[in-house]
Amino acid sequence: MPNNPTAHTKIDTTDIDNSSANIGGMKEGVITCDACPVLCRIRPGQTGACDRYGNMGGILTRMDPMAVMRKVTDDSGKTVPFADDGAWDGTVLRPADTFITGIGSGTTYPDYKPAPFIVASKHRDVDMVTVVSEGIFSYCGLKAKIDTDRYIGPETAAVRCDGEQVGHVTTAEYGSQMLALGGVRHLTGGSKKEGTVTCRMMLNLCNGESVEFTIDGGATLTLQAGKPPIIDDLKEERMRVGCGSATIGIFAKQWHGHADEVIVVDDHITGVLSEHQAGRFLGMEPAGMRVRGRRSTPGRYFQVAEPGNGWGGTDVTDPLEIIDRIDAKKAQPGMRLFMVSTTGEDAAYFVLNDDLKPEPADMPEHLAMVVDRIGENCEPALTSILFMAGAGGSLRAGVTENPVRLTHSVHQSLTQVTCGGAPVFIWPGGGITIMVDVTRLPANGFGYVPTPAIVAPIEFTLRQDDYAALGGHTDSIRQLEDIDADRLRQESWPSDTRWPYSDHPNEGSNP
Amino acid sequence: MSGGPQIALLPDGRRLHLHHGPIDLIVEAFGAKSEIEAAYSQAARRFDGLLQRLVDELDLLRMPIHELSTEIVGPVARRMTAAVRPHASVFVTPMAAVAGAVADTVVAAMIDGRDLRRAYVNNGGDIALHLTDGESFTAGLVLEIDAPAIEGTATIPYLSSIRGIATSGWQGHSLSLGIADSVTVLAHTAAQADVAATLIANAVDVNHPAIHRAPANAIELDNDLDDRLVTVDVRELDGLSIATALHRGETVANAMWAKGLIVSAALKLQGKTRTFGFDALLGHQKVA
Repeated sequence: MPNNPTAHTKIDTTDIDNSSANIGGMKEGVITCDACPVLCRIRPGQTGACDRYGNMGGILTRMDPMAVMRKVTDDSGKTVPFADDGAWDGTVLRPADTFITGIGSGTTYPDYKPAPFIVASKHRDVDMVTVVSEGIFSYCGLKAKIDTDRYIGPETAAVRCDGEQVGHVTTAEYGSQMLALGGVRHLTGGSKKEGTVTCRMMLNLCNGESVEFTIDGGATLTLQAGKPPIIDDLKEERMRVGCGSATIGIFAKQWHGHADEVIVVDDHITGVLSEHQAGRFLGMEPAGMRVRGRRSTPGRYFQVAEPGNGWGGTDVTDPLEIIDRIDAKKAQPGMRLFMVSTTGEDAAYFVLNDDLKPEPADMPEHLAMVVDRIGENCEPALTSILFMAGAGGSLRAGVTENPVRLTHSVHQSLTQVTCGGAPVFIWPGGGITIMVDVTRLPANGFGYVPTPAIVAPIEFTLRQDDYAALGGHTDSIRQLEDIDADRLRQESWPSDTRWPYSDHPNEGSNP
Repeated sequence: MSGGPQIALLPDGRRLHLHHGPIDLIVEAFGAKSEIEAAYSQAARRFDGLLQRLVDELDLLRMPIHELSTEIVGPVARRMTAAVRPHASVFVTPMAAVAGAVADTVVAAMIDGRDLRRAYVNNGGDIALHLTDGESFTAGLVLEIDAPAIEGTATIPYLSSIRGIATSGWQGHSLSLGIADSVTVLAHTAAQADVAATLIANAVDVNHPAIHRAPANAIELDNDLDDRLVTVDVRELDGLSIATALHRGETVANAMWAKGLIVSAALKLQGKTRTFGFDALLGHQKVA
């Protein structure tokens, strides 16, 4: 067998709700797989040419093993032997250190049938139940946080993939630009191509692949979860230490006495030390160097330049451009002017000549050291991707006959929700709306269906008595030890992820 | 939605993984880092669209080679037909060489203009090699596909003419007309090795009630084997049947060797092995 790096299960339901699409027509029960251009026609119970997709009862199914995750350390913290190639080592599942994930579990159609795996195990003498499923999410989207101050495009601008709109630029956050991607309107509300492109974009980002975007009136981006963003072919190396004002707030004392004026250039707020509260507090006199832009509060200026790829996320390449005028009443020949960007990537040192014109000069060692320190304090710029989806719909019917009780149980923290074992943030309010950091799922945890929609693993873990009380499918509970180990792949439990079978569901589990 | 190719470095950071539909390649190059990176990007570029071009001519490629008169245009497809044509006296379609031809195509693309010491492209066991002076390639031979274990190694030196390795058997990825557990072939190209392994494995056969067969199209629709009987199960055979089946395979392999189509072959059936060409070529290397 070729190696098999993927692990999600795909369930194609189009043969049920769109019979012309997937039933071969002439041969009973034959379905056409559209996972690749070969378009294999597959008989019931057989697989296609790739051996990865099969016809399971008329449904195109990803034939990947279900992932279980095992704790790699025992209670004393010692490492438990573990097959690191992901292959099942044949040992019987030990309830105490095994968590069964939704990855590869498949789903059921229609929803009211019990979820594919409802598994009981004993943890600390309490009978726990984990309801394991792969949810098909039409209502789902991604929130991309891009650590950069570079201008990527105007707020609400369309974000495109292959020319199709797949999202938009949303509210910028501190040190980061944000995109809202995917969502039901792009998946199913537009053209077929828009839906297909959106689905592929989401799947690739969720599974840790890189995706290229263009923003109307803005930048070209290449994003990959957990990796630095690439903006207009430039890899963003680090976040700024803060806005210009914050940078002054941090470093004012370290500059004091080594320059008569410090201007921290930043696209958002440019700081001027001698006018800034921090400079006044240190007893500095205004140096009379008026920067361009709009003054906010003393020593803090907006819009000193256009956004761009120059100093501090502005379009400035010669920092003196942002100095509008030098006031002869305050400035004096010989004054030392130090200019630096908010990432420490750009810095310059000047001395005013007799005409009060700044002349470039060698930067004193101490100032160079502080420039390095600014760089050191800038964290690596990363792209983070949160998957957001609503699990409060019909998916709940696979868990219980009385779905609203599951919602209540989740909100009361009696039921813990995980996504491929990864902790999720649960939004307050109605429904079960979750967010999860895609890098915390095992590899290739996400799949898709051609509807199009994203398939994501989801697990609900709760005490067996609580499960019975909320009207759970108790007749369908299987013991963990009875799960067919031949169809499993095992993953090690990440050491920084909380073990789901513990005493305080959902508490402190948010990423 | 039809998925596009997946192109990624494996977690070891050294090998490249190219996957699209039924094609699954593991690629590795050895040399200077910059040359490896350039080679990988050439391989990836070549891989993009490769499956689609094959699919475009799929109907032709599923025809028996002796009936195929239409000109084939796709570069991979041309390697397939070239490898298969010398075997036109038996039933065989260009699809018998598809895995090897893909491996040959990608290895050719990645070494073009590059300075690599050696490289390989492994397409699910069908392997295309690139060697330079002084380099060799050691392949572990897995003779039972069902219970993989390295049973021997074959070291292929630069000075040999071998640049392709392929393995076929009824339990493997593709359907087989024969009952061989495995047939491993070393040849000049992976495509040549691929078709030869397929045909030798088809020839390893005997009539026996312990062998269960079914029409190929009952198992896989759109298969190039149509309604020919393919092996579905082989239970325990007696010694004479094993020897007879292996002999039939060996006869076919010898004929191919005589025509210069293969260099070496190893045939395995229920614990019995026949090899030839390994000893002469590889001297002290012991196979199985």
